[in-house]
Amino acid sequence: MSLVIRGGRVIDQKGERKIDVEIGDDGRIAAVGTGLSAEADLDASGCIVSPGFVDLHAHLRQPGQEEAETIETGARGGSLGGYTALVAMPNTEPATDSVAVVEQVRSLGRESMCEIVPSAAMTVERAGEDMAPMGELVDAGVGIFTDDGTGLQDPRLMRRIMEYSTGLTGRLGRPVILAQHCEVSALSAGGFMHEGEWSSRLGIPGQPAEAEELMVMRDIALVRLTGAHMHFQHLSTASSVAMVRGAKAAGLPVTAEATTHHFTLTDAACASYDPVFKVHPPLRTDEDVAAIKEGLADGTIDAVATDHAPHAPHVKERPFDEAPPGMLGLETAFSLTLTESGLDLPEVLAVLSWRPAAIAGLTDRHGIFVEPGAPANLCVIDPDETWTVSGAAMASRSLNTPYEGRSLRGRVRHTIRAGEPVVVDGEACR
Amino acid sequence: MSAAAEKETSDGTLEVADPGALGRHLLGIDGMDRSTLEDVLELTDAFAEIGRRPIPRVPALRGRTLATVFFENSTRTRMSFETAARRLSADTISFASGSSSLSKGESLRDTVEVVSSYGVDAMVVRHPMAGTAHRVAEWTDAAVVNAGDGCHEHPTQALLDCYTLRDHRGSLDGMRIAIVGDVRNSRVARSNVLAFNALGAEVVLVAPATLLPPGVGGWPVVVAHELDPLLADLDAIYLLRIQRERITEGLIPSIREFATDFGLTATRTAQLREDALILHPGPTNPGVEISGEAAADPRSVILDQVANGVSVRMAVLFLLLGSGRSASGDVGPVVDQVDREVKR
Amino acid sequence: MAERERSQTPPFGGVFMPHARIMTADDMGRAVRRMSHEIIERNHGLEEIVVVGLQTGGVPVAERLVATLEDIDGLRPPLGMLDVALHRDDIGIRPVVPEATTDLPADLDGKIVILVDDVLFTGRTIRAALDAVCDFGRPRAVQLAVMVDRGHRELPIRPDFVGKNLPTRRDEVVDVHGDGVDLGVMQK
Repeated sequence: MSLVIRGGRVIDQKGERKIDVEIGDDGRIAAVGTGLSAEADLDASGCIVSPGFVDLHAHLRQPGQEEAETIETGARGGSLGGYTALVAMPNTEPATDSVAVVEQVRSLGRESMCEIVPSAAMTVERAGEDMAPMGELVDAGVGIFTDDGTGLQDPRLMRRIMEYSTGLTGRLGRPVILAQHCEVSALSAGGFMHEGEWSSRLGIPGQPAEAEELMVMRDIALVRLTGAHMHFQHLSTASSVAMVRGAKAAGLPVTAEATTHHFTLTDAACASYDPVFKVHPPLRTDEDVAAIKEGLADGTIDAVATDHAPHAPHVKERPFDEAPPGMLGLETAFSLTLTESGLDLPEVLAVLSWRPAAIAGLTDRHGIFVEPGAPANLCVIDPDETWTVSGAAMASRSLNTPYEGRSLRGRVRHTIRAGEPVVVDGEACR
Repeated sequence: MSAAAEKETSDGTLEVADPGALGRHLLGIDGMDRSTLEDVLELTDAFAEIGRRPIPRVPALRGRTLATVFFENSTRTRMSFETAARRLSADTISFASGSSSLSKGESLRDTVEVVSSYGVDAMVVRHPMAGTAHRVAEWTDAAVVNAGDGCHEHPTQALLDCYTLRDHRGSLDGMRIAIVGDVRNSRVARSNVLAFNALGAEVVLVAPATLLPPGVGGWPVVVAHELDPLLADLDAIYLLRIQRERITEGLIPSIREFATDFGLTATRTAQLREDALILHPGPTNPGVEISGEAAADPRSVILDQVANGVSVRMAVLFLLLGSGRSASGDVGPVVDQVDREVKR
Repeated sequence: MAERERSQTPPFGGVFMPHARIMTADDMGRAVRRMSHEIIERNHGLEEIVVVGLQTGGVPVAERLVATLEDIDGLRPPLGMLDVALHRDDIGIRPVVPEATTDLPADLDGKIVILVDDVLFTGRTIRAALDAVCDFGRPRAVQLAVMVDRGHRELPIRPDFVGKNLPTRRDEVVDVHGDGVDLGVMQK
């Protein structure tokens, strides 16, 4: 069934224009302009039509922790948040460290409301000891490798993986992306929030910013040595941002992401002792928040990611120290980036859509130019609508949003995935 | 009042919303002002008197049930609370779990809800992790007393310490009090820094740099790394317990070195002023942070601390349960409203 | 004063508005003197007597009584003070905070305890006081002296020595102070 997105303003990498978008039966954009007609209309008046969002960092928990989330529910949440593609993190059970698990994730994702892009572990079982079969995984289409959840501690192994990855560029058709969760665990061990004035007042053992920064520093040095492409996940400290800025200025192949919670919340939130505010890397200080925003503004940080990390309610009902880290992000990312990142609207869309699409190697179908022939992965967003966050109302199987009860501005009205309207008027269609 | 702090403090100031002024719960000294503290201490006098009666028991909390919920072993603290409860004629039940609930796959909330369902009016909670009492308070209608949460707070210990100091000196105003030892891992130190400060004393933290909390720069204290130069100038010295784990954690080289530099030895005791007071939260490690001579010195008030602990806890339980609160746990006219002026 | 305490405690608070002077200071002096004679007469002297004033209103009355007993008999009986807040049966119905000291002479075993209060009303304060006294020992007898008995008893309690019997309405308030006794009402 063909449809026309009518009355909105299109914003993509080419800029802004007031045109309608016709989508054909083949899932591609058939025409743009005015006076288009089709079998159905989607109202976009007062709205922005954007290429769909791409999340570089989503924990969909399947296989292994279906109680917290499934690919189906995670993807539904993604669609409601305007996403058309999610990079699934490999810290599943078993870990996504083999072609078999990659294929399982991909097949579970085939029918879901977002495109699921599996990433794979750098090391076997994410144990940080032996290299995963990266060649096989590249042949199976994996372009992003990460041990996310922990950093790869051993610098020698990290160097080898970087070197090895540079030899796989030809097989993948583009450079392999190594994505690092920067955390020197010997420094962070036993810490459950940012170490500082708040941790010491609250009596919660802290982990210092340096635990992250030392690994950022190490990996930049190793990138210089090996020429591998390193993507820094969820940067959270001012020094980390400064180091990545320096590496980029030096022409090194590095990219970086920041999560919405690292530029909207600080360690002060932990004063409630509610583990919904426990996350790794931990919420930092006001100075760090300001540095993240600066990094977004000057392009040091390429993308906003969610680090969407669902946890079943009962495991978050433990003491702060014992509860697992992580928070929901897919359904709140757009509103928070719009209102709190300090970026103007085209830049908000850039960090949510085409920049992450480029890092993930998805530009043939995500983060597209809105013009005839392009795959219709789009979202329609109302930048003025306000809504109230409720974990219970979200698609996720979990409730752990740190923004519960908060009123946010900017909401996704429709999401179109490969031509199919999967979210219409803010409601998931399936 | 809810223990929940503000979820966002964008300006970064250290303003925790209500960490437990003696309204519905006693979760910490943080947030209690001088007059609240003084009220509790003043009230404690009345309960200390009951302890001296031939039959040290009043019917004030008859029919109320107190549960001690301990996820960390502490016979002394539990006995103190239970004695306090019984002197007020309350019934006591106890839940003890040597390890935390996680090992049994049970969420903390489950445990709390099960204990609540026995119809308890107050829950005294001890847990090895910070903030647990705050969380428990959100999950139960009972009044919650924090009996120690990780290295966060131990408010009744601070109250009994203040009561002991006040009992000997009349007031804490202008006192110079050194807290010596493992401040980093001490909930007692955190609560006492707040309480001593609020009551007008000057606090000096004396410890090796590794045993101070990372953010101590923001605390209202003087920090020192050497004990000897301070001794002659102290009104009170408060020694904290040091544990052997601190060596494997790489915080100190050896217990011997710690004892040599920071222990209250007989020699150091001799340098204290005639009217100085020696305190320790107990149980002591004789010969480590405090020598046998110091503990037995006439200036030591360590046993007074224990006795006063019962009186202070009676006052706390009475304030939370006895006054103006119906048996169902609903908050009636809260204690704060009982203004002494009005009754004159 | 016990009665004022209760009246003025939230949520029953208000301002006491006197409308009649019931006893003057001289009247009170004469009443104390008469009660003192009665106590000595009834107990054949003051040998075993311990006077216990109930905090807070009973204490000044008890002090006057002890001074007068000494004046008459030459022997000064021990004086104690008792705060019965923690023994009251209405804890939990209204806010109660013990605010005055309890200080009883060491051993009440075998003694004759004279409880002294300013106003006797429902009798509940006295019931609480009887409980409390029994925790301090086993007196041979307990007797009750009050400056004003205003009726409206809710328990089987009667005074042994009374300064003045004063019929009142339930909503009225009796205030015993140094200059005399006033009858009035609480205004919100």
